[in-house]
Amino acid sequence: MSAVAGTHAQDHHHGPARGISRWLLTTNHKDIGSMYLIFSFTMFLLGGTMAMVIRAELFQPGLQIVQPEFFNQMTTMHGLIMVFGAVMPAFVGLANWMVPLMIGAPDMALPRMNNWSFWLLPCAFLILVSTLFMEGGAPNFGWTFYAPLSTTYGPPSTTFFIFAIHIMGVSSIMGAINVIATVLNMRAPGMTLMKMPMFVWTWLITAFLLIAVMPVLAGVVTMMLMDINFGTSFFNAAGGGDPVLFQHVFWFFGHPEVYIMILPAFGAISHIIPAFSRKKLFGYASMVYAVGAIALLSFLVWAHHMFTVGVPVAGQLFFMYATLLIAVPTGVKVFNWVATMFRGSLTFEAPMLFAIAFVILFTIGGFSGLMLAIAPADFQYHDTYFVVAHFHYVLVPGAIFGIFASAYFWLPKWTGHMYDETLAKTHFWLSFVGMNLAFFPMHFLGLAGMPRRIPDYALQFADFNMVSSVGAFMFGATQLLFLLIVVKCVKGGEKAAAKPWDGAEGLEWTLPSPAPYHTFSTPPEVK
Amino acid sequence: MRVHAQRVGALLGGLSFPALSMADWTVNMTPGVTGTSNDIFDLHMTIFWICVVIGVVVFGIMFWSIFAHRKSQGAKPANFHENTLVEVLWTLIPLVILIVMAIPATTTLIDMYDTTESDVDIKVTGYQWKWQYEYINEDFGYFSNLTTPKDQINNRQAKGENYLLEVDNPMIIPVGKKVRFLLTANDVIHSWWVPDFGVKKDAIPGFINEAWTRVDKPGTYRGQCTELCGKDHGFMPVVVKAVPEDEYNTWVADQKAAAEKERELTQKDWTMEELMERGEKAYATACAACHQVDGSGAPPAFPALKGSAIATGDMAAHIDVVVNGVSGTAMQAFGGQLNEADLAAIITYERNAWGNKMGDMVTPKEIFDYKNQQ
Repeated sequence: MSAVAGTHAQDHHHGPARGISRWLLTTNHKDIGSMYLIFSFTMFLLGGTMAMVIRAELFQPGLQIVQPEFFNQMTTMHGLIMVFGAVMPAFVGLANWMVPLMIGAPDMALPRMNNWSFWLLPCAFLILVSTLFMEGGAPNFGWTFYAPLSTTYGPPSTTFFIFAIHIMGVSSIMGAINVIATVLNMRAPGMTLMKMPMFVWTWLITAFLLIAVMPVLAGVVTMMLMDINFGTSFFNAAGGGDPVLFQHVFWFFGHPEVYIMILPAFGAISHIIPAFSRKKLFGYASMVYAVGAIALLSFLVWAHHMFTVGVPVAGQLFFMYATLLIAVPTGVKVFNWVATMFRGSLTFEAPMLFAIAFVILFTIGGFSGLMLAIAPADFQYHDTYFVVAHFHYVLVPGAIFGIFASAYFWLPKWTGHMYDETLAKTHFWLSFVGMNLAFFPMHFLGLAGMPRRIPDYALQFADFNMVSSVGAFMFGATQLLFLLIVVKCVKGGEKAAAKPWDGAEGLEWTLPSPAPYHTFSTPPEVK
Repeated sequence: MRVHAQRVGALLGGLSFPALSMADWTVNMTPGVTGTSNDIFDLHMTIFWICVVIGVVVFGIMFWSIFAHRKSQGAKPANFHENTLVEVLWTLIPLVILIVMAIPATTTLIDMYDTTESDVDIKVTGYQWKWQYEYINEDFGYFSNLTTPKDQINNRQAKGENYLLEVDNPMIIPVGKKVRFLLTANDVIHSWWVPDFGVKKDAIPGFINEAWTRVDKPGTYRGQCTELCGKDHGFMPVVVKAVPEDEYNTWVADQKAAAEKERELTQKDWTMEELMERGEKAYATACAACHQVDGSGAPPAFPALKGSAIATGDMAAHIDVVVNGVSGTAMQAFGGQLNEADLAAIITYERNAWGNKMGDMVTPKEIFDYKNQQ
C-alpha cells in the first residue's frame, strides 16, 4: 500500500525545495496559492495600467494620447486581463491557500494538476499580451468580442487570443475540479456540509459554475476559430450564420461568469464581518441557500445583456422577471451581513473597512443592476456609461475589495507577521475615495447619454469625465501602496499570534502563524 | 407623476451638488420628447426611488450599528444568529416590491414593441462608420456622415457646439406621425440610439429589427452609435430632425427629384477631369476612413491604395473589388451603397491619384453595364 510507504516520508518534516524548482515543480497548496496571488496582482497592475491609458485619453474631449485603434485594444485588453488574469486567479489563489486550512485537509486533492493549472496561466497571458506587438495590433473588439467584429473584421491576432482563452479555460476547469474534489472528499471528520465555512461553500458552488460555463466559452471561441480560419459561417450572416447566436452563447457563459467573480468574495466577507463584529454570522443556512439560488438563477438571465438585440417580447419579459428575481437572494445576503453587525462589538481594522465598503458599494452596484433589469429602461441604459458604472461598482468594491479584505484578513496567517495597520488604512481610504470618484460620475455620464467604448466624446460629457479620470489615477496609484504593505509584511513586522483577530472562527486559526509548510497531516476533529 | 419625478430629481441633483448644479453637470436622465421616453423616465425614477428607500433603511441600520455598537464604546456582542420570521419577511417583501415594479415595466415594454400601423417607414442601415437612411415607400435614400472636422478632433481647432454630434444629412421625420424604423447593418453590429426618443435598437447584419417613435415637438435630436463597431465607433452620430408635416412633404418631393437627377448622371458623358473631381469628394466620404485621404491605408486590415496591385492593375479586377467587395475582409461591396457616377469617379480617382498614373478611366455607363451583367 503506497499510503503506508508514504507515512514514513511524512515523518521527516521536510520543507520546500530550494531555488527555482520549488516554484516550478511545487505541489504544495500554499506555494501554488501564493503564486496565484502574485500572478493575479501582476495582472491587476498591468490591466490597471491600461485603464490609466483609457482614462488619460478620456481626460479631455478630442484625441490627445492614443488613436482610436489603440484605444479599442486598451479597453479590450483591460477587460480580458482584469476578468481572467486578476480577479479569477486571485480567488483561485485564496481557495488554494484557505480551503485545505478551513476544512482540515493536508493539501488539495489533486496537487499535480494544481501545479499544472497554475503554470498554464502565465503561458496563456504571455500569448494574450504578445498580441499587442503583432502586426495589426491586439484584439480590439471589446472583452465581449461580439461577432462579426471579432471574426470577419478582427485583427490577425484574433487566433492567438482564441488560443489564450482556450488555455485559460483549461486552467480554470482544472482548478474547479480540484476544489470540488477537495471539498467533497477531504473535509475533517465531523465537518458536515452544513458546518462548512461560508468561503468553502461559495467556492464549491463557484467551482460548479466554472465547470458548467467554461466549456461554453471554449465552444464559442472555437466556432470563431472555425469562422476565421476554416471557412465556416457560424456567425456570418452572408453564409447563413447568425451573429446573435454568438451573443446567446457568449452570455450563457458570461452571466454565470460574473457570479464566479463575486461568490467567493461573498464567502470571504461572511467570515470577516462576524470576526470584527465578534458575533456569529446571521442566518448561515439562508446564506448557503441564497448562494445556491443565485447560482441557479444565473443560468436563466443571460439575455438581459441583450435587451436591445431584438429578442421577442415574450423573451424580454421572461428575462426581465428572472433577473429581478436574483435581487431576492442577493438582498438576503446583504440583510444577513447587516444583521450580523447589528448589536455586535465592532472594531475597524483594514479587513473590516474593506468588508463594510464591500457591503455598501456592492449594494449600490446591485441597485443599478436592478435598474438595468427593467427592460424598457434598459433601452436607455444599455451600452452607456451607466452600465460601465454598474459593473465597476460590483467588480471593484465587490470582487477587488473582497480580495483586499481577504488578503489583510489572512496575511498574518500566511506570513506570520501583522501588516502595517496605518498604511493599510491609508490604502483603504485612498482606494475608497479614488474608486467612488472614478466610477460614481459614470452613472451621470451614462444617464446623460454617453455611450461606452468611445475614445472621444461630445462636450457636455467633459466635466464628469475629468473628475472620473482624476479618481481613476488616484485609485491606480494607491494600489502600489498595497504592494509595499505586502512586501513589508512578508519581510517582517510584529509577530502574529495563531489567532490574531479575537472574533475569528475556524480551523485555520488553530494553526500557528505562519502556517507550517505542511498542515493537518492528521485531520482535526470537528464537533 | 412625471412632473413630480422631475421635481424630485432636480431637487436631489441640487441637494447633492449645490455648488455644481449651476454648471452643465447633468446627473439624471432627461424625460425626452416622446411617450415612450416619458414612460421610460417614469420607470427609471420609480425604480430609483425604490432603491433609495431600501438603501436608506439598510445603510441606516448599518450606520447605526457602526456608531452605537462599537467595541471602543464598550459594546458587548449579542449572540442571536437567526430569526426565521425576519428572514422570511426580508425574502417576501422584496419579492412583492419587484412584482409591483414589474407591472408598469411590462406595459411599457409591450407598447414599445407595437410597431404596427406606422405612417412612415425608414430603413436604417449601419455601415462602418456611417448610417444609411432609406425612405422605402418614397424610393430614395442617402448616407449620413459625421461632419466634425478632423482638426477639431485632433485639437488643432476649437471644438464646435455639436462636436461629434453633427452630420451632413440628418434623418428627417414628420412630427405627430408614427415612424417605424427597420434596422439592419451591412458589416458589423451597430446600434441606433436617440436618447430623446427612448429608441435604441441594434442594427445587425442579416436581421431586420423594428422600432418606432412618434415625436410631437419639432427640433433636432442627437444620439450616437452604441454598439462597438470598430475604429470609428465613436464617430458615427445619429441626428434626426423632426419637422412639421408640410415641410416634410416638400422635402420628400425635393429628395425624389434629386434622386431622379442622380440616376440621369449615369447616362451623361463624363470627362477625366470631371470624374477626378467627383472622385476626390466621393473618396473622402466613402473610402478615406479606412484607406486614408492620401491612400496610405492602415495595414494590415486596410491596405494602401497608393501603388497597390489592384489600383495599378487590371481595370476589371479593380471594378470587381469596389463593386463586390472582398469576402472575408473588411472591404465592403460598394455596388449597392454608391451610385454609378460615384463608383466610376472613385475607381478613376484611385487609379490616377497619389502618383498612381494609370491614365485610364471608367465611365458611369460602363459601371452600370457591369452591374447588369452580374
